[in-house]
Amino acid sequence: MDETNTDVIQGTLDMLILKTLSLQPLHGFGIGRRIEQISRGVFKVNPGSLLTALQRLERAGWLDAEWRQTENSRRAKFYSLTRTGRRQLEVETEDWSRRTSAVARLLKAEG
Amino acid sequence: MSLRRQLARGVRALVNRAAADRDVGDEVRDYLDRATAAHVARGLTQGAALRAAQLELGNMTVVRERVRGYGWENAIDTLVADLRFAIRRLRTNPGFAIVSVLTLALGIGASTAIFSAVNPILFEPLPYPHASRIAAISDIAGDGSPADVTFGTYRELAERNRSFDAIAVFKAWQPTMLGDAEPERIAGQRVTADYFRVLGVPPVIGRDFQDTDDRTNAPNVVMLSDALWRRRFGADPGIIGRDIKLADNNYSVIGVMPAGFENVVAPSALAWTTLQYDRSLPIDGREWGHHLRMIGRLRSGIDLSQAALQLDAVARTPLPEFHRVPWASLSGGMLVHSLQDDTTRAVRPALLAVLGAVVLVLVIACVNVTNLLLTRAAQRRGEFAMRAALGAGRTRLIRQLLTESLLLAIIGGLLGMAVAELGVRALVALSPPGLPRVNAIRVDGAVFAFGMVVTTVIGFVVGVIPALHASREDLRTGLQASSRRTAGDHQFTRGTLVVAEVALALVLLVSAGLLMRSLEHLFAVAPGFDAQHLLTMQVQASGRQFDDTGATNRFYDRALDAVQHLPGVTAAAFTSQLPLSGDFDGYGVHFENDVDPSGDGSALRYAVTADYFKVMGIPLRRGRLLGTYDVGGAPFVVLLNESFAKRKFPGQNPIGRRMHVGPADGPWYTIVGIVGDVKHTSLAAGELDAVYIPSGQWFFADRARSLVVRSRADIAALVPAMKAAIWSADKNQAIVRVATMDHLVAATAADRRFALTLFEMFGLVALLLAAIGIYGVLSGNVSERTREIGVRSALGASPSDILTLVIRQGMSLAALGVVIGASGAVVASRALVTLLFGVSRLDPVTYAGVIVLLAGVSLVACGVPAWRAARVDPACTLRAS
Repeated sequence: MDETNTDVIQGTLDMLILKTLSLQPLHGFGIGRRIEQISRGVFKVNPGSLLTALQRLERAGWLDAEWRQTENSRRAKFYSLTRTGRRQLEVETEDWSRRTSAVARLLKAEG
Repeated sequence: MSLRRQLARGVRALVNRAAADRDVGDEVRDYLDRATAAHVARGLTQGAALRAAQLELGNMTVVRERVRGYGWENAIDTLVADLRFAIRRLRTNPGFAIVSVLTLALGIGASTAIFSAVNPILFEPLPYPHASRIAAISDIAGDGSPADVTFGTYRELAERNRSFDAIAVFKAWQPTMLGDAEPERIAGQRVTADYFRVLGVPPVIGRDFQDTDDRTNAPNVVMLSDALWRRRFGADPGIIGRDIKLADNNYSVIGVMPAGFENVVAPSALAWTTLQYDRSLPIDGREWGHHLRMIGRLRSGIDLSQAALQLDAVARTPLPEFHRVPWASLSGGMLVHSLQDDTTRAVRPALLAVLGAVVLVLVIACVNVTNLLLTRAAQRRGEFAMRAALGAGRTRLIRQLLTESLLLAIIGGLLGMAVAELGVRALVALSPPGLPRVNAIRVDGAVFAFGMVVTTVIGFVVGVIPALHASREDLRTGLQASSRRTAGDHQFTRGTLVVAEVALALVLLVSAGLLMRSLEHLFAVAPGFDAQHLLTMQVQASGRQFDDTGATNRFYDRALDAVQHLPGVTAAAFTSQLPLSGDFDGYGVHFENDVDPSGDGSALRYAVTADYFKVMGIPLRRGRLLGTYDVGGAPFVVLLNESFAKRKFPGQNPIGRRMHVGPADGPWYTIVGIVGDVKHTSLAAGELDAVYIPSGQWFFADRARSLVVRSRADIAALVPAMKAAIWSADKNQAIVRVATMDHLVAATAADRRFALTLFEMFGLVALLLAAIGIYGVLSGNVSERTREIGVRSALGASPSDILTLVIRQGMSLAALGVVIGASGAVVASRALVTLLFGVSRLDPVTYAGVIVLLAGVSLVACGVPAWRAARVDPACTLRAS
């Protein structure tokens, strides 16, 4: 099988969603698509996980949701970042870079 | 903020589940639309794009469920679903539900009620500060039992003891309260000054009694209870210092006791005044009568046994400066008990027995619930195997079962609460008159919680078994078992439980039977007088005008004369003390020329009018009865009771012998007659020595005398006329304790009757539960063995064979239970010995009767399932499998 691993790194999905939404409000599909695009296809988000995560983040108060009418007159849920969500994104970004640079240093280290 | 949002969203989702579901559905749908559109944009056809999008998304329902499953409200949802299902399950099997709930309710309710009653009486400390330091001190009667003390003894101990911070004596006081409202007789106490200091409770307003209040002829003072203060004086704080009129005299109110004050030694007392006895201790006064009760507060650092030793030493070393009379010589020492033991001594055996009985009932209830749940679990094994096969997780199954058990426990508990409430009320209503601290009895929350937890835990543990089975055992076995319905090894467990139930029920029933036979024996005892058509009441002479002996005697003579002339009255008489009424008045006796002083002792002293023996129906054995000519100026005469005369003058004629009663320097009384024995303290007690003296020849005039009246007509209807007749002699005198003699006789067995009533009730419950247990197991067994029974009858077993088969199975369980229970009853009945009378605790009649009863009930309980088994149609069952 030539299938490369496109799973989102464990524990980073929340951060990726928050980052994506910090640029502009989006619906669930848009968020997934944007993550895929910006990561140049490295990450593909599982729709089930994504929608559950959105539900969770909304409950946590990091996202606001708004129902809008689509062109084929169905309802679409648009998410946007709240103030606490923005703060949370900063916390998670900082945490992430601290940890990745540590991992990078470890990998570069020579015996 | 986030918590609020969590709550708000959760509640919204709960309240409007449909909207929440639609939201999730719409969002998923939208996702699918957009994914499809994206695939179309990349060049796929509409159909291929939709398929690709669906592939990405996976099962739409699963996704919806996952998204929807987030949030705390879902846990509630599941619970509600579980509850709904549980209710449905219970409703499909209402028999099981009703029996379980009733069993739980009876078990929890009965035990809560009994524990609630027994706890404040026997186990909780009395409601006083450092209550364990309060002691009851008593003299010792000739037979070694505790006796009331004299004022003289109190004075000596107050001076000489080194063990008590304070001691006090008291007696009953029943003044008639006059004033704006109509005259009312209130219960109260005469106490010495330190009474409230011994109890450790000061008045809430006003001052406590002082030593100067307790001197002879000191100004009259009175302490009010909170209840009387509120009822009669509108809780007026200005009451202190005001005069109130009690029994012809003015009493100045000095204080009011707090609302929560519980007067354990006389719970109905509403007012207190000082005793005001003469401290010069005149030899012929009431100061040397054994009619006071004594309490004391132990000095800190001194315990009861040290105090007892010290008092005993004081008692055995008379000092010249403390004069003693022969009948209060303290030669036998003193008795010291804690006040708690003293107040509960009479009821302790009955209460402990009842407590034991209710524990048995609780155990039986637990066994029965276990049994029911096991039976049900066995029936539901198939169901659980099926549900596990359909994908229900183990935790989900356990949760469902716990919900069911919890539901049963909650319904049972609520009903149990009602049973407990009713039970406590019934207990208070049923309680024997001597029961202390009745007003402290209320439903005990802690005990209720305990009963509830015990039964619920059992429910949980047992209820979870089928779920564990379902998840542990191979599903296929479970499913097959359900279709084949073979009897499993759980039959053994349930059989054991039935045996236990029968055994426990037998123990309870034997106890109830022994008590019943005791009561029968007790009432078969002749009291020594004819209790039928006999009315009694106590007439008191209070007020300063009765300080004169002649005036007192004249009042009673006039009252008696008026009563005797009432139509319907056959005969009437006064006596200083009445048998079986709680009166106890003994005096020292000494016979002339008696060389053997061991015969000296205390005898019950009855100061009676001439017709007393005729009214009571006490037979004359020898000599003569008293006559109206035996007055103060005539030669002093005395009658002895039969057993006293026999013991004192074996084989001799006692008539004409002389004796002292009371003071050694008093007059000689000549014995002129011997009368039959009378039960004085209770029907169960032995014969006490007794002397009868004409009331005019006693050295003081008793100021509380019992009127006994024999009539042909309906006695109760005569009461108003009698009261009017007595009041025609003096309208201000209190008349108390109006009762028929029949009632007094019955009341002496009140504690036994109380225990018996409860044992009968518990015995009945136990019998019922045991019957249900046998029935449940057998009918469960029969339905599980339907196929086997079908095969048997197909192979030629007749219905009567099948009937015998099932009945034999049930009866062998019952028989085993009877054998175990009988040995248990032999052991358990030891706890009952003090309550038994005239019957051995191994009474074969009782045991045989109970065994027959249990066997009969068991047979009926076996009969129904057996009959069902005998009607099994072999063709049906064989076809069904």
